[in-house]
Amino acid sequence: MNLALKDIRHGLFRFVLTCFGLGLLMTVVLAMIGIYNGLVADALAIVKAPAADVWVVEAGTQGPFAEASSIPPDTRDAVARMPGVAAAGAITYQTLEASHGGRTLRVYAIGYELGRPGGPEEIVEGRGIATSHFELVADRKTGLQPGDTIRLGRDRYTVVGLVEDATNTGGDPAVYVTLADALKVQTTLDPAAARVQAARGAEPVKRATVAAVIARMEPGADVGLLVATVRQWKHLAALTEAEQEELLLVSVVDKARRQIGLFLAILLSVSAVVIALIIYTMTMEKLKQIATLKLIGAPDRTIIGLIVQQALILGGSGWAIGLALILTVKEHFPRRVELEPFNALVLAGIIFAVCLAASGLGVRAALKVDPATALGS
Amino acid sequence: MPLGDLLVEVEAVAKHFGEGPTRVDALRAVDLTVRAGEVIALLGPSGSGKTTLLNIIGCIFAPSSGKVALDGEVVFDGRWLRHDLRRLRLDKIGFIFQAHNLLPFLTAEENVAVVLDLAGWPADKARARARELLDYLEVGHRAPAKPALLSGGEAQRVAIARALANRPRIILADEPTAALDSKRAGLVMDLLRKLATEQEACIVTVTHDEKIFDRFDRLIHLRDGRLADA
Repeated sequence: MNLALKDIRHGLFRFVLTCFGLGLLMTVVLAMIGIYNGLVADALAIVKAPAADVWVVEAGTQGPFAEASSIPPDTRDAVARMPGVAAAGAITYQTLEASHGGRTLRVYAIGYELGRPGGPEEIVEGRGIATSHFELVADRKTGLQPGDTIRLGRDRYTVVGLVEDATNTGGDPAVYVTLADALKVQTTLDPAAARVQAARGAEPVKRATVAAVIARMEPGADVGLLVATVRQWKHLAALTEAEQEELLLVSVVDKARRQIGLFLAILLSVSAVVIALIIYTMTMEKLKQIATLKLIGAPDRTIIGLIVQQALILGGSGWAIGLALILTVKEHFPRRVELEPFNALVLAGIIFAVCLAASGLGVRAALKVDPATALGS
Repeated sequence: MPLGDLLVEVEAVAKHFGEGPTRVDALRAVDLTVRAGEVIALLGPSGSGKTTLLNIIGCIFAPSSGKVALDGEVVFDGRWLRHDLRRLRLDKIGFIFQAHNLLPFLTAEENVAVVLDLAGWPADKARARARELLDYLEVGHRAPAKPALLSGGEAQRVAIARALANRPRIILADEPTAALDSKRAGLVMDLLRKLATEQEACIVTVTHDEKIFDRFDRLIHLRDGRLADA
């Protein structure tokens, strides 16, 4: 006779409600884990997307993500001519705000050279950019659809394709445009500002620069040699992809990552305390019944089984409800929530350990109960 | 009625709680024997030591000194001689409580069967025995009901069935009729006597219920931890 299940069935509504409450708590824990992963994934996605081996940036900077970097566009020709370089492309990054469908859309505009590295990795809907001007490929999170038009700078662009999971470290969705268009947006001044510049005798446009030049190496080529060579040029710096990723994690998202990590640790501690409290309270409410069981001859293992099984069923149900809820709602989060099976399994392990530890408190109290309590003496 | 085996032997049993100025002597050198088929009552005012004596016979309290033998086996002689006291209780002692103490999450049938389950009976046999006892006590029709849905009399009969399930030879009852009217109290006592005779068991009852005094073979009076008379 399984006393744990009988007891659960007896107070099913209350138990289910408790499991649901715990499940909501687990949803928050899993959401935080997902947000933490998403933050890292978003940060790395923008670096990984161009599949570059080397990033050539302005000397003395850790650009283009950790610091602003500005280099002449023709740097690409110099890099492309280096031994071992299979392809090189100039790239720009700028955050823009546009109006679309009555709302302000904040996008991360990536300008790249058609046919060169730096463009969208995989088009999930529509097509890639085929003309030199006024076409863009947008991340699905922008809410744009192929065929939509949107004004960037002083020109209107047509959305021709969609990509997924292309965002910057701030979570702004990316749009890809040609380098020519990106430079135009970057350099064209507002008419009033242009008039002021002209009146001052200055150029009515800003100087065109790119953020970086990315290079893909031929198979077997020495990446270190290219990096060392570029660094010798003094006016430029070079970073490998691994260095760029490390830089992003250490300097760009580190604080946010630690913040979420610490919050996650606090949340897990709170969850542990809540689980312990629920199980302990459940046991305390049954002390008289436990005393009766002891009096009629129930061995300790029966009493331990009653408490531990209920604790594990509670923890398991809470975990399953939490997982189901987060998988249902994760797409509705404004930023990426990325949950790996490994994360869910680790949380299951933590909950299992917490439930065992928490039931230990209950078991300790239960084993101390005097059977005479049942007699009312 | 011829008296049977000696089932309870309490010899010079004393029990005190606390030490020094807070010491309370609950029992002082009490001797008591109960034979199979006997139905006896422990009487006395509050604090006279009757519940303490019941708990000592039920192997719940260890005496401070003295000797206790149950069903021919010495279980306490200055110290417990059995380590598995719960198993001893399961095999030899049945408890009937004032407040019946049925487990609220089990049905009437399961409340009886749980004792047999703990004793290692196969589930089907345990259920059959539980059903048999409930039918015998005329509450078989309430077998699927949870305790909350039973009347006071029905719950008490289910509790009696539980106490008898594993065929114990010593039945200890703490105010078993306190919650019942005089008619039902008389019926319960008649039933206990019948079972004691049929199962060759003895019944030791703590009671204040004067309505049922005439149903006992012996009335044991306790006062200040001593036997007043028997």
